Amino acid sequence: MKKIILFFLIFNLSANVFSQETSPGVISGNIQAIGQYYQEDTLINAALPDHLYGFNGFANINFQKGDFRAGIRYESYLNTLEGYPTSFSGTGIGYRYISWQNDNVGVTIGNFYDQFGSGMIFRAYEERQLGIDNSLDGIKLTYEPLKGIYLKGMIGKQRHMFVDGLVNGNGIVRAIDGEFNLNELFEDSSRNSKLKGSIGASFVSKFNDDNKTPIFNLPKNVGSSSIRLNLRYNKIRFNGEYVHKINDPYPDNQNENFNYIYKNGEGLLFNLGYSTKGFAVDFSAKHMDNMLWRSTNVNVGPTDLLIGYLPALTKQHTYNLAATLYPYATNFYGEIAYQADVLFKIPKKTLIGGKYGTSVSINFATDYTPERTFIDDMDGARTSYTTRYFAKSDSLLFQDFNVEIKRKINKKLKLNLNYFNFKFNDDAVKVAGYYKMIYAQILVLDLTYKINRYHSLRFETQGMWTEQDKGNWAFGQIEYTFSPHWYLAILDQYNYGNKNIEKRIHYGLISGGYINGSHRFSLQYGKQRAGVFCVGGVCRAVPASNGLIFSFTSSF
Amino acid sequence: MNKIFLSLSLTLIISLGYSQLPNINLKDVNGVTKNLSKFSNNGNPIIISFWATWCKPCKAELNTIAEEYDDWTDETGVKLIAVSIDDARSSTRVEPYINAQGWEYLVLLDPNGDLKRAMNVNNVPHTFLVDGNGKIVWDHNNYSPGDEEELYEELVKISK
Repeated sequence: MKKIILFFLIFNLSANVFSQETSPGVISGNIQAIGQYYQEDTLINAALPDHLYGFNGFANINFQKGDFRAGIRYESYLNTLEGYPTSFSGTGIGYRYISWQNDNVGVTIGNFYDQFGSGMIFRAYEERQLGIDNSLDGIKLTYEPLKGIYLKGMIGKQRHMFVDGLVNGNGIVRAIDGEFNLNELFEDSSRNSKLKGSIGASFVSKFNDDNKTPIFNLPKNVGSSSIRLNLRYNKIRFNGEYVHKINDPYPDNQNENFNYIYKNGEGLLFNLGYSTKGFAVDFSAKHMDNMLWRSTNVNVGPTDLLIGYLPALTKQHTYNLAATLYPYATNFYGEIAYQADVLFKIPKKTLIGGKYGTSVSINFATDYTPERTFIDDMDGARTSYTTRYFAKSDSLLFQDFNVEIKRKINKKLKLNLNYFNFKFNDDAVKVAGYYKMIYAQILVLDLTYKINRYHSLRFETQGMWTEQDKGNWAFGQIEYTFSPHWYLAILDQYNYGNKNIEKRIHYGLISGGYINGSHRFSLQYGKQRAGVFCVGGVCRAVPASNGLIFSFTSSF
Repeated sequence: MNKIFLSLSLTLIISLGYSQLPNINLKDVNGVTKNLSKFSNNGNPIIISFWATWCKPCKAELNTIAEEYDDWTDETGVKLIAVSIDDARSSTRVEPYINAQGWEYLVLLDPNGDLKRAMNVNNVPHTFLVDGNGKIVWDHNNYSPGDEEELYEELVKISK
């Protein structure tokens, strides 16, 4: 009997610890696994690594008890999927933390993510699809001395690589930030005010001793600072941010004008918007100059050891041809960019709006190289050039005009129509491998037909027309879903307009999946075109491949 | 002896009935800080749906629910919290989008992924149904047309 009681005690205790729903502590987590088997396909120049099989796996396990939390992420790259950073290999723990949070004080020890304002001088984040993880490994403190005052301070090393476990860079990052929400701070006097606002300021510095050049004397400590303001009056909203960085020379083997220059960096970002029910306009402007900001001053991979994040002022597209052939990538050296958005809903039960109403969104983005006046001081101060605020040159980097029209035709049929017009300067952006200006237009028709409660069909056709690079493309996809568990999709991409007749290839792909609650399993077989995969203006080239991909995600 | 046995079993049963949403501060689109662990809907259910302005199925799901939302609210008292995982680049698109669509949800911004990590979300859309005691009773990591009906059935089940 004692044994039984003991058993129950242990069972009860362990149930308390391991069950998701008990008070003594909650363990939860998630898993993501992607495996790919590579087949030879010389026609599309498919990646064919010696190991034939790639696998990336991630498992997060979190423990929470009251104000206390702790967790690890176990990662496996066996071997790393093609297109992923090759500096990720092996299997082990890539992230671990302990944190404690009460009403106004928070402490984190170990790895953590955070960002100040829009992230231009500090953003530690994970973008797993791109292989970006620059979490800081150190200590973070947050403190809320009064309602409306939010203070943060942190110090740590950045995650750089993964070799059977976390490998940090050498540099040290120290960062502080304060944000003051004026309406929370002066609650009594501002309660009925239509004007709302908050201000913030940060300071971020790095120390690094990585100097591979005997010629130049590089600063070991570099500081950057920012101020930001958010204002809102009724339905009008304004955000502004200014960042500044002192001289921070990086090598550039391609262009002597940017090679170890001692120029300060600067950035300005504005956003002004008005929105009400059924209508919104939004305008953004950006001046960015020399804001590359890493915790090391030696050459590393393009997305390695970045402290700052330079947001792209363009819309992130999701339709295949629009997203992966000529995507925008932020230029670290500098940009003058503008973006405007208009969104509205044509009311339902009107002639144009139809029975259910029609949503329209129009987006225009343009992006230029700043006008630089080069000063001949490379033998002296090495500041290289000067710029003026929002003074752009004639050199267009990227332009994007796109319209999306969404309409529910009847109870069963939904229509989504998209038009894109790109001007893409591959001489500067260098992601397509064409190195000249590319002009492309894309049309997308996307129809969803709901057969009944459980069954739906989706048809998607896309066409891209361009005289440059690989020429015209056609894309077609049929997707059948059986809610809530199953889906099956077949797609084909056809480069019918390629000037090289041998390259007029069909890229056919079939995929299917099973979803049950938070568990999701999918299989995919076929040819994948080489493309550029981007999130937030940060891009990674993905090679062509042929083979089988399986993926599994789950959380508990 | 049986009493001990019984009481032990009882504590096990009781302890299973408790859970809490993470103690994490997020801002809404007006810049007001909200803490999910302190969020209450007067004992009525809450739907938490992770989405992003660049995620088509997410928007399809939330737009479909938006058509029924008034009925759902009347019948079950449910409140939907749409958590946007848009980053610094796209988070300025959130407010124009939700206003143009006329969503009546509470929209929270999670640009740093704090809540996403705490709730073990791998990818979007991921939708959770939380009962009046703060316990997650259902979740689904995907959206296909028709999935909202399953969510509605689960919602009705816990509202009785």
